Amino acid sequence: MAGRVAGKVAFITGAARGQGRSHAIRLAQEGADIIAVDLAGQIGSVPYAMSTPDDLAETVKEVEALDRRIVATQADVRDYAAVKAALDDGVAQLGHLDIVSANAGIFSFGTMEELDETHWQDMIDVNLTGVWHAAKAAIPHLRAAGGGSMILTSSTAGLMAIPNTGHYTAAKHGVVGLMRTLALELAPDMIRVNSVHPTSVDTDMIQNSATYELFGADLPVEQRTREVLGSRFQELNALPIPWVEPVDISNAVLWLASDEARYVTGVTLPIDAGSLTK
Amino acid sequence: MAGRVAGKVAFITGAGRGQGRSHAVRLAEEGADIIAVDICRDYDTVSYGMSTEADLADTVKAVESLDRRIIATQADVRDAAALNAAVGDGVAQLGHLDIVCANAGVCTVQAWHEVTPAVWQDTLDTNLTGVWNTMVACAPHLIAAGGGSIICTSSTAGIKGLPFLAPYVAAKHGVVGIARTMANELAQHKIRVNTVHPTGVDTPMGTGLGGLNPLIERDQNLGPIFMNTLPVEMVDPRDISNAVLFLASDEAQYVTGLEFTIDAGNTIR
Repeated sequence: MAGRVAGKVAFITGAARGQGRSHAIRLAQEGADIIAVDLAGQIGSVPYAMSTPDDLAETVKEVEALDRRIVATQADVRDYAAVKAALDDGVAQLGHLDIVSANAGIFSFGTMEELDETHWQDMIDVNLTGVWHAAKAAIPHLRAAGGGSMILTSSTAGLMAIPNTGHYTAAKHGVVGLMRTLALELAPDMIRVNSVHPTSVDTDMIQNSATYELFGADLPVEQRTREVLGSRFQELNALPIPWVEPVDISNAVLWLASDEARYVTGVTLPIDAGSLTK
Repeated sequence: MAGRVAGKVAFITGAGRGQGRSHAVRLAEEGADIIAVDICRDYDTVSYGMSTEADLADTVKAVESLDRRIIATQADVRDAAALNAAVGDGVAQLGHLDIVCANAGVCTVQAWHEVTPAVWQDTLDTNLTGVWNTMVACAPHLIAAGGGSIICTSSTAGIKGLPFLAPYVAAKHGVVGIARTMANELAQHKIRVNTVHPTGVDTPMGTGLGGLNPLIERDQNLGPIFMNTLPVEMVDPRDISNAVLFLASDEAQYVTGLEFTIDAGNTIR
């Protein structure tokens, strides 16, 4: 089939919903087969409901509806052996690996003074170590394919500090360092490594009562509506919008994954409505 | 027609050849009509031959062979009035303006003590003031269209202090500054402003920079600054055009204020 990533295979972590599912669908629309993993379960320190096995099944259905193949496995990015097994199995079934989207992530918040060690450790384990696990498991497969493209999901918080999210900011800054190191180490193999830096994205990760509390602590609970808080989210951005949609990140991932970006490596690509420029 | 920028109109400076022509062709392939300008004249201070009227005519032919419309005018980006007239005429004929590629540029190679006042001025006038003139001439049309995308061509020299290119480095760094400012000022109009930063590109300018190697041989410590991370020496104009296309398209509707390197990893070393 035609398509901007036709014939390629993409490994996506956190693919059950949100940005991960959107990446799977967008890449599949342009001809890629998908290897998907997701925890599809809850982490105790995360203050909103995380994805479920039903969510992951929905991603499978949507990719298959596009006539692309998908191998989906419930796996925790904190568990390197599980990530590697899921990826190796996917490559065995789909033949090769060309694209990696290390997307799985969690969000929680608290001041650096008040944050407990569990919140800190879960955040670093998922949002930083989990990214390294995905990259580490993928490198031999990309090398075997003669090159490829890794896209690590950071955040505007990977390039600037956001108060009350020191652990998230640290992990997402860490992803940038990891990306730059991988880009240098893997360039001789024509493996490109870039990061994407979304501003707020309209997913369950921000549209929940816990995150509304972070942005609207001064408001009574009943006034913490999507509309009211949207104007506060908008203050982060230069463009007059409160948040971006998952597909906006997917379009950047698609471009970086495609051969149109064959000489692009080491880029920190903001999809941030100008948040970093303000 | 289908296409990733179908129905849009793009203004491109320096469209006679090289990256500018490549941008015109790539955007036309994806459905855009083109307003093109180029000076089509040599500079006394620039050692390689600049584009010609025949080059600009070839760009016209290439775009028209894709069944897109193109309005091409000989104009100097240093001349704000001429640019305003060219943009105004193009918009009058093609209906509106959505995309701006401030691409025109010159480059000279010399050690710092060999930079003449004329070289300094010509480079700053073209590569920095020319970009400013382009943005100022185009912004009102983008505002009228309800939004748009401005892509300014900077360079790895807009990020690093590349030796033997002082005026060029100054101008290309300056482009980043005005792009960031305009990204903030124009955001309320849904106009996005980004810069692209190529490493060496296989164009008459990119390959015409004689004199760099002898200067590096004088101070070999400076050689690695020019090296790419990916095992390629130069990239093709089309690699830059693909990035321009992405930034120009609605796929990048929320991307603004970005310094976009298409540099084979040159700036991460």
